[in-house]
Amino acid sequence: MSLAAAQARRDFAIALRSRSEAAQPLAFFVLAALLFALAGPDAELRGAIAPGVVWTLALFAVTLSMEGLFRQDVEDGALEQMLLHARPLFSAVLGKLFAHWCLTGLPLALLGPFVALALQAPPAVAPALALSLLLGTPTLTLIGAIAAALTASLRRGSLLAALIALPLFVPTLIFGVSAGLAPAAGQEATPPLLMLAALLAAAATGAPFAVGAALRVSQEH
Amino acid sequence: MGTLSAYLHQLGSPRWFFSLSRPWGIGFAAVGATLLAVGWVWGLVFAPPDYQQGNSFRIIYVHVPSAHLAEALYLAMGAAGVVLLVWRMKLADMFIAVVAPVGMAMAGIALATGAIWGRPTWGAWWVWDARTTSMLALFFLYVGVIGLRQAIPSPRQAGRAAAVLAVVGTVNVPIVKYSVDWWLTLHQPASFTLTSAPAMPPSMWVPLLVNVVGLYSFAAALIVAGMRNEILHRERDAQWVRDQLRSGEREGPAPRMGEPSAGVREGPAPRMEEPSAGEREGRSPSKKEPSAGVREGRSPSKKGKREGPAPRSGK
Repeated sequence: MSLAAAQARRDFAIALRSRSEAAQPLAFFVLAALLFALAGPDAELRGAIAPGVVWTLALFAVTLSMEGLFRQDVEDGALEQMLLHARPLFSAVLGKLFAHWCLTGLPLALLGPFVALALQAPPAVAPALALSLLLGTPTLTLIGAIAAALTASLRRGSLLAALIALPLFVPTLIFGVSAGLAPAAGQEATPPLLMLAALLAAAATGAPFAVGAALRVSQEH
Repeated sequence: MGTLSAYLHQLGSPRWFFSLSRPWGIGFAAVGATLLAVGWVWGLVFAPPDYQQGNSFRIIYVHVPSAHLAEALYLAMGAAGVVLLVWRMKLADMFIAVVAPVGMAMAGIALATGAIWGRPTWGAWWVWDARTTSMLALFFLYVGVIGLRQAIPSPRQAGRAAAVLAVVGTVNVPIVKYSVDWWLTLHQPASFTLTSAPAMPPSMWVPLLVNVVGLYSFAAALIVAGMRNEILHRERDAQWVRDQLRSGEREGPAPRMGEPSAGVREGPAPRMEEPSAGEREGRSPSKKEPSAGVREGRSPSKKGKREGPAPRSGK
């Protein structure tokens, strides 16, 4: 556990020293919402689909942020060091992903409901949407990290990583949007939220292994 | 080393597979062609029309087998991924390389025939039905595997990365399927589904079964043929491949049938040395023979770079 904490602390420290980079996914998220508001001028329609829009944009923001997850470490050799010394690798990967989520997924989840409200979503939607984003974005980070790790050795791998990750995001998106839409439709948001929690539990236990294996492959010569 | 592990050891050798697989490929191709011919004519001409959909239902004789196969091949690819990652078996890598395009083609056929069937039945080419949506996701999972393989320059690394992705994807396929089902039961009225339709009469499902088995055999023939090509390509520097190709050129197709079995008898134990070097020497002093010197100088370093530490790499 201390290994995970150490890895997370290191990544936080690095992120704090390049704050503008850490803020980019959030800026992208809000900008894309602005573009969507311009593209869909009908306020009523926009409000009805706002939870879906927020979820889709969050998914894109996470996908884009994934590119930077391992790039720096591959370039300066820190990744090879991690592969050599981290025992178990699982904890180090988990710590790294936790730090990354705190810097991208968490702010997205906190900002998401407000973006939805700005898109004229009914106010009742906000709590369920916030919860669904809180439960869903860590899963996106965990699964997206697999794609990022698989393409870590490639110079231009970000589009391929997106292509790999997006089909795997389908279940998270479905349950997230269902939870976000449920209050407006007068339905219970709990079942999709529980499904999101289940997906998170599965991803948190399984994905770090896949990330570790993929990183090992990426550093083979 | 028990017999089983020795057997598995042998099974992992591309050379061994190459020498045995020719009749398998021919067998699968023959069975597949026969069954598909019978199944298509039976299904498209002789099966009775559906009482609701009339003749348009007949597309299931193409659609259902390809959809089945697209899913089954992904699972097989995931299993091969586990085999490659755990046992480093070279053949598993070749299997993934060959299966991915076949599976993607099957998913593509399933999507296209589904759209063609949807037009008269649902009134739209594309409906976000549970099956179409999860098949589309499966199609893109195949695209990801193929894209990853081609993007990574080192073949060994590409193979293992694709294996990791295949395993991850295999875990996800059922989750995607059930989540899409769940989503549609909430947000869309249940649409007409083929499999839950009240029991098809045997005159309809027997030809369907024939088609399913036929397409499986056909795909198996494609995969065996593809793997044989892949082996020849990857082992192109190995002496046995040169011998194989040269003997095929010189002696024509007839004696080639005997060739593989001779290979099996003489060299089932995987050896680092070229087993066939000696026997060939006397026979071909002619032409552009790349000579023993080239062979000896090159092969050890090549071998070192190849997959794994074991001699199973079949050199």
